[in-house]
Amino acid sequence: MNTLALRNPIKTPTGAVLLALAALLLLGGAVNSQFFSPTYLLLQLQSGAFLGVIAAGATLVILLGHIDLSVPWTLTVAATVATAVARAKGGAWAELGPLAGIAAGALIGLLNGVGVAYLRIPSLIWTLAVNTILLGAVAFHAGNTVISSEPSPIMAALGAGRSFGVLPNAVLVWVAVSVLVVWVLRRTLMGRYIYAVGTREVAAHMSGIDTRRVILGAFVASGVCSAIAGLLLAGYAGQSYQRMGDPFLLPGIAAVVVGGTSILGGRGRYGGTVAGVLLITLMSSMLSLMHVPEAVKQICYGLVIVVMVGLYSRRQAG
Amino acid sequence: MNNDYLQLIGVSKRYGGITALSDVCFSAARGSIHAILGENGAGKSTLMKTLAGVVRPDTGAVRLDGRELRMTGPAQALDEGIVCIFQELSLVPHLSVAANICLANPPRNRLGLIDARRQNEMAREALARIGCERQIDLRERCIDLPLSQRQIVEIAKAVVRRPRVLILDEATSALTAEDVEKVMRLLRTLREEGTCVLFISHRMHEVDALADTCSVFRNGEHVSTFAAGTKPHEEIVRLMIGRPIAQVYPPKPAPLPASVQPYLQVSGLRSGTQLKGVELSVRPGEIVGLGGLDGQGQRELMLALAGLLRDARGEIRIGAQTTPPDGPRGGKREGYRMALIPEDRKTEGLMLAQSVHDNLGVSALDRISRFGVVDHAAEQALVAELVKTLQIKAPDTRVAVSTLSGGNQQKVVLAKWLATQPRLLLLMDPTRGVDVGTKQEIYRLFRDLAAKGLAILFYSTDCDELIGLCDRVLVMYDGQVRASLAGATLTEEQILMNAMNLGRGDAPAHTRRVRAGALEYAA
Amino acid sequence: MNAASLHLRHHARTLLALGLLGVLLLAFLAIHPRGASAAVLTAWSNQGVALALVAIGQTLVVLTSGIDISIGAIMALSNCVASTLVQGDPTQVALGVAAVLLVGTLCGVTNGLIIVYARIQPIVATLATGTIYTGIALLVRPTPGGEVDAGLSDAMTGTLGDLVPTSLVVLGLVVLLVWEPLRRSLTGRTLFALGSAEQAAYMSGLSVDRAKIVAYATAGLFAAMGGLFLGFQTASGDAAIGLPYTLNSVAAVVLGGAALSGGAASVLGTIAGAFLLRTIGSLMFFTGVPPLAQPLFEGLVLICAVALGATRLLRIRNRLEIFR
Repeated sequence: MNTLALRNPIKTPTGAVLLALAALLLLGGAVNSQFFSPTYLLLQLQSGAFLGVIAAGATLVILLGHIDLSVPWTLTVAATVATAVARAKGGAWAELGPLAGIAAGALIGLLNGVGVAYLRIPSLIWTLAVNTILLGAVAFHAGNTVISSEPSPIMAALGAGRSFGVLPNAVLVWVAVSVLVVWVLRRTLMGRYIYAVGTREVAAHMSGIDTRRVILGAFVASGVCSAIAGLLLAGYAGQSYQRMGDPFLLPGIAAVVVGGTSILGGRGRYGGTVAGVLLITLMSSMLSLMHVPEAVKQICYGLVIVVMVGLYSRRQAG
Repeated sequence: MNNDYLQLIGVSKRYGGITALSDVCFSAARGSIHAILGENGAGKSTLMKTLAGVVRPDTGAVRLDGRELRMTGPAQALDEGIVCIFQELSLVPHLSVAANICLANPPRNRLGLIDARRQNEMAREALARIGCERQIDLRERCIDLPLSQRQIVEIAKAVVRRPRVLILDEATSALTAEDVEKVMRLLRTLREEGTCVLFISHRMHEVDALADTCSVFRNGEHVSTFAAGTKPHEEIVRLMIGRPIAQVYPPKPAPLPASVQPYLQVSGLRSGTQLKGVELSVRPGEIVGLGGLDGQGQRELMLALAGLLRDARGEIRIGAQTTPPDGPRGGKREGYRMALIPEDRKTEGLMLAQSVHDNLGVSALDRISRFGVVDHAAEQALVAELVKTLQIKAPDTRVAVSTLSGGNQQKVVLAKWLATQPRLLLLMDPTRGVDVGTKQEIYRLFRDLAAKGLAILFYSTDCDELIGLCDRVLVMYDGQVRASLAGATLTEEQILMNAMNLGRGDAPAHTRRVRAGALEYAA
Repeated sequence: MNAASLHLRHHARTLLALGLLGVLLLAFLAIHPRGASAAVLTAWSNQGVALALVAIGQTLVVLTSGIDISIGAIMALSNCVASTLVQGDPTQVALGVAAVLLVGTLCGVTNGLIIVYARIQPIVATLATGTIYTGIALLVRPTPGGEVDAGLSDAMTGTLGDLVPTSLVVLGLVVLLVWEPLRRSLTGRTLFALGSAEQAAYMSGLSVDRAKIVAYATAGLFAAMGGLFLGFQTASGDAAIGLPYTLNSVAAVVLGGAALSGGAASVLGTIAGAFLLRTIGSLMFFTGVPPLAQPLFEGLVLICAVALGATRLLRIRNRLEIFR
């Protein structure tokens, strides 16, 4: 964090991603001038917002050296709960829906945190198991039909609406979440403890930090972020549906590592994650514009991760 | 005798701003036992790593039997016949003893697969050369063996390769006296067979018993080489630290009046098989030492006091509290105001990859923050003050703490806890791996803290240190405090006798055999 | 300490997994409407072999304290290649099979090279290559379809001598011919060393880089075998089947008693774990558990198996041990 090596902005991972982002924008504009239109860019920001909120929570968990694979179904459960409650209550009480959804996300995060921090089960396998249970629970409860549900007015407004007719609200939510995450990481005790625990948990413990609560907190935050993304998505799509979380499992992690955060923990900045989200979103949409088949999109996506992270690793080593 | 069998010519190595080896010219003879002496930071381990192929020197060359060696990694060094036994053991925990002994060069059958039967034979043979074939079961996994047996396996692993050059770094630190004898016999046999043996030790009695030649290193430079026995110990130590041994310890104050109540009081402390009813007390203003042979419960006692041993039973009073705290975090609370300095600073004491600044502030951060928000200005001020008070030498507080020397790293660990303004300081061997100059500063610091009213409990494996620094020394044996020595009774002989559970008049024949009694120049 | 109790201690988790599998298999055979017969056993075996093969590959990687998130994608890619090339006259079929295995191995080698030379953490590297291999699979087979030689498929999914499922025999042969020699070689030993003491292995002169690449390459080979077998079962190729297999392979490895931190894993245990997962699924089907509840049960089983690892905490006296 404060280490000397990160002084030069161009040489940092965040700098590298931003450079790549700029290159991508220029390339995109050269291929198709529609790329530079504000409407198009705002649309990209909107679709990036969902991934962005998820990646914010993922950043906290990955900084600890852990991983949260329960994102897809936490998102879905939160959205399902929120829309079901909103539909059931109706009227002004419909806003209990999103509250319930966020509470669900927090609870799932708590379950994740307890397993990892207190039961000391590797996060990869525990969050995977939790994800499977959530899948099972929803499948069992909902059957094969879409649950009668609808998003609450606020959800719809945030997910699909725009402020001043132009700025997507989802982006505003992303910005708000980002500001909060940056503030936590830079200015609060929790943020400093996250970096310490991610660097070396036993030393952090011996320095008087309650490492288990830090881990718990980060997983709860990740759960809440997944829930918020679910609420936004449901608002955007007008409903919640069973596979809504699937596209977000790996991209969430990819955005964070492409942004320069080390998967081993202790190193990385949130700015990098934001740049990573933008890079992934822009690249994906640019390829769509060029009518590139899904297969090639996937390949490009993987190559970008290898190249960016490989660059960081070489810099670390050399 | 080929005096230049192994040669280093003009070898230098720098790590960032630190010079580990500076234009070293050194040679060792075939069929000899050559001791390498020096304080920590003198360059001994870098020297070894260079010979072992782990580290590539910036300049200079290594020659074996006249031929220059180009080593890109440990595999090449091993091929050349240079085998190194490091302090951090290189055994694979889940593999068997036999597999570990023949780890990288197992015998193979016609299909190219490992021949388990011949491997067992080879392993048995290697253990027999040391004389330990009956003690160790070849099929056991190394993770299930005690440390002393693991060290034997490590030595067997080196022996099986029939080395031309054998290098040992504190290879006998955990061995029983009997096994140390066996290893010494082995080394002498190897010498007869023509192996060039280099060993790093800070136990002078071992050096006296084994070495033909001694070399002293200081600050990365090769200072002197001489035949063993031709220089008295005082001169050797002077060569090692570069100046005559000045009075290292600050003067002790008069004993405290009896009316001062203890801050720490322990009674009937039991835990597992290591603590069997410990009684002790420490008063504010006292520096109490904890001595005795290794493994008599000193570590467990410290952990129990910090609340890290689940099954600890008995009475522990700290201040007004009657139960131990809930780990280091609980120890920070107002009722305890306790700080534990852990044994291994690299893995438990510091977040090595983080900056000096971050490490210094971490324990006291909650004190200088409000509602969970850190006051950056206050933190900067705190860090600056800590650096000044403890005289921590670092180019900038933003560098990674891993770049600091051992002594300065230890200062960071101490400073971080001193920032929490403790009333009780528990220290687990704090001066291990610290150079003499920094040690002096740390001793003075402890004395000043005691004068300000801190209660200090100080575990050390260094007899000299215990006698020089502490007001009282508690000698532990087999999970209990066997004696409390102070004033006239605080002597090396008394510490040793109690450490070995001997009554008066049972003075052991070779007191120097015992670790606690050894003169330790570089911990 | 005699040899028997020593072995018991070292392989406790594996034996537990095998024992549990035995119990569940008996329950399954008892419950099945057609009772205990070679046909039922064959169907059961066929259900589990594909996952078992992929899980073996994952075991090798976990042994080195790595993980292969692309293993399902390699399987899918192999499956798609199989649905394109394993057709025609016997020579073409043989070449097709060889091509499938080669593709998987090459993917694995690529993984190994990226991890070793680009120095990217296994989880990130294989996450990236997984998407690349899925993309290639989509290019080979954009929509599920194709065909796999009927004769070979029938043979592989059939019964040997009306007694033993062919797939089990093949699985056994594969383990014997590929894993056993690897395990007893120096590279195999290096794999075990890598997981628990990589630095020690390096200092002892073992070739750590080569071993890692071999681990991932062999994992790719096993994934290809899994994809090939799936082709025999379904007679088609599908690029999207990868992710569940990746996740289940990790689950099988954990159920089989391996430590995700490396150094201690057993192929036999993993095979037991893979079949356990499938058997539980089948048991639920035949005991009338509503199909919609089955994923929930599978998740619960996984959670319980994984929580078993937490019981070691109860035995810990020194609280610092929990961090190791």
